[in-house]
Amino acid sequence: MLTVRNLSVSYGDLTILKDVSFDLTPGEWLMIVGPNGAGKSTLINAIVGGAPARGSVRFEGREIRSMKPQQVARSIGVLAQSHAVGYSFSVEEVVRLGRYAYAPTIFSGHRGEEEAIRKALEETGLYEQRHQNVLTLSGGELQRTFLAQTFCQDPRLLMLDEPTNHLDLVYQKQVFELIQAWRRREDRAVISVVHDLSMARAYGTRALLLDHGQVVVDGTMEEVFSDEILNRVYGMDVRAWMGRMLAQWKEA
Amino acid sequence: MTERNGERFRGWEYLLFAAAAVLTLLLSVCVGSVGIPFRTTISVIWRGIWGLEQPAGTAPAILLTSRLPRVLAVMLVGASLSLCGGAMQGLLKNPLADGSTLGVSSGASLGAVIAIAFGITIPGLPFAGTMVMAMVFAFCSLLIILGLAYKLDFSLSTNTIILIGVIFSMFASSVMSIVITFSGEHLRSITFWTMGSLQGSSYLNVLVLLFALLLFGGVILLHARELNAFAIGEENARHVGVNVRRVKLIILIAVSGLIGVCVSIGGTIAFVGLVTPHMVRMLVGPNHKRLLPASIFGGSIFLMLSDLIARTLLNPKELPIGVVTSIIGAVAFVFIYGSARKGR
Repeated sequence: MLTVRNLSVSYGDLTILKDVSFDLTPGEWLMIVGPNGAGKSTLINAIVGGAPARGSVRFEGREIRSMKPQQVARSIGVLAQSHAVGYSFSVEEVVRLGRYAYAPTIFSGHRGEEEAIRKALEETGLYEQRHQNVLTLSGGELQRTFLAQTFCQDPRLLMLDEPTNHLDLVYQKQVFELIQAWRRREDRAVISVVHDLSMARAYGTRALLLDHGQVVVDGTMEEVFSDEILNRVYGMDVRAWMGRMLAQWKEA
Repeated sequence: MTERNGERFRGWEYLLFAAAAVLTLLLSVCVGSVGIPFRTTISVIWRGIWGLEQPAGTAPAILLTSRLPRVLAVMLVGASLSLCGGAMQGLLKNPLADGSTLGVSSGASLGAVIAIAFGITIPGLPFAGTMVMAMVFAFCSLLIILGLAYKLDFSLSTNTIILIGVIFSMFASSVMSIVITFSGEHLRSITFWTMGSLQGSSYLNVLVLLFALLLFGGVILLHARELNAFAIGEENARHVGVNVRRVKLIILIAVSGLIGVCVSIGGTIAFVGLVTPHMVRMLVGPNHKRLLPASIFGGSIFLMLSDLIARTLLNPKELPIGVVTSIIGAVAFVFIYGSARKGR
């Protein structure tokens, strides 16, 4: 589905990403993990053309750079970690923009638009709130609104840049469960940048560990989350730390 | 079910706004230093449209050669500036944006001031010198602002554009002050022009404004959906498939073209583009499919009423329209912005 080859991003002398290569097949949920500054968000940006990059990114055989923005949006949905909406749009108006890439022509009209919007609103549990002003939503509801927008795009691949960073535990679970259900139901792929290694492990089918802009390891969850690799990249005993955190709960 | 029609401006809303605009137009035409009865006004305009013989008296001359072209020009300038303001506020996701924020108004003003100060005219078309210079300078300003923004920030981010726009406005104002210093006997007309005036507008002015509004305004209206995406966020606009750089360029060119024409005819009329979209947004919401058409009507009504006040408040003396819009606009803006923030 997605083939990334030798993707590099530099700003002047500063190299953010260096020769990143990986493949993605339908049904996978690839977790991109790594310490701060590893280049995780830049990788997401570079894949959809949001950062000046060298190398090749092909979606179903086609170079993404040669695709029109609307074609890219029909193939790949991107969910950012936070949203600062400018004006008091309604939930439905924000979700409706997910259909922008399916702009009507004289021949097609708005075929399927209302159905897609309704489905996305229902899937994310926002149908009853569809007329609500987005400026009055909680962080979790706002993130679900934008998730509904990406569902509405009906993409084959969903890319998430730390989608639950500002959310409490309830909303984190809610958003990840929604994405999990969508991925399984539609047999689509997901790439997400996550900081929380437990969440990555719980939901990912594969992981790619980045450090200093380079791929350290790309493999199964067991391969990537090995003690030796994690300890080396994060510079600490990750398992011991996680164990200590969990032990506090067990003791309580 | 979701409602697609709810997104658009409904027929009865068009009728309501249009009726309010027409009523304001008729009021503006009737009232002035010489009051003309409503029925006479309707009759004279009707006869004027169909080329019928006019009744005796001064009313036809006052209405058809002086007041009507002026009020029509005011209406179109108000509509254009308000539309530009609404588009800029959406495009830059900034409620403080309008043509002046972009620096285009200042650029156009500089062009017009140079034309007046140095007596630049086009043979046979006395007002065209100012207009052409204003338009040329508006476009050049845009090129300079975008060129600099592109050089500094490849993605043409809105913050960069606004920052360079503000700096360019200051620069253009300084150059304008230098030109005014050396303007000699043209000083009075330049000073009056910079305060904004549509006194003495002709039907040719009206036609030029109408053409500009249809052309550039049409382009802006066709991009209502993209403006919604920008108003939600530029990054999000890119993710849903908007060709961000292309759309931004198209809107900026349309806005600068329209503002260039308006400034050349009416001078710098402040606050119309800033305040009216805010007022209209409170009525119809932020969706540009509704906001932009409503801004056209709202801007025309706002400026016609401002012009009416400018003409009648100190009768027989006349205030520059820009002074009236600044006073009303500044107070209204503080009120609207304050209540909008509370509403959040």
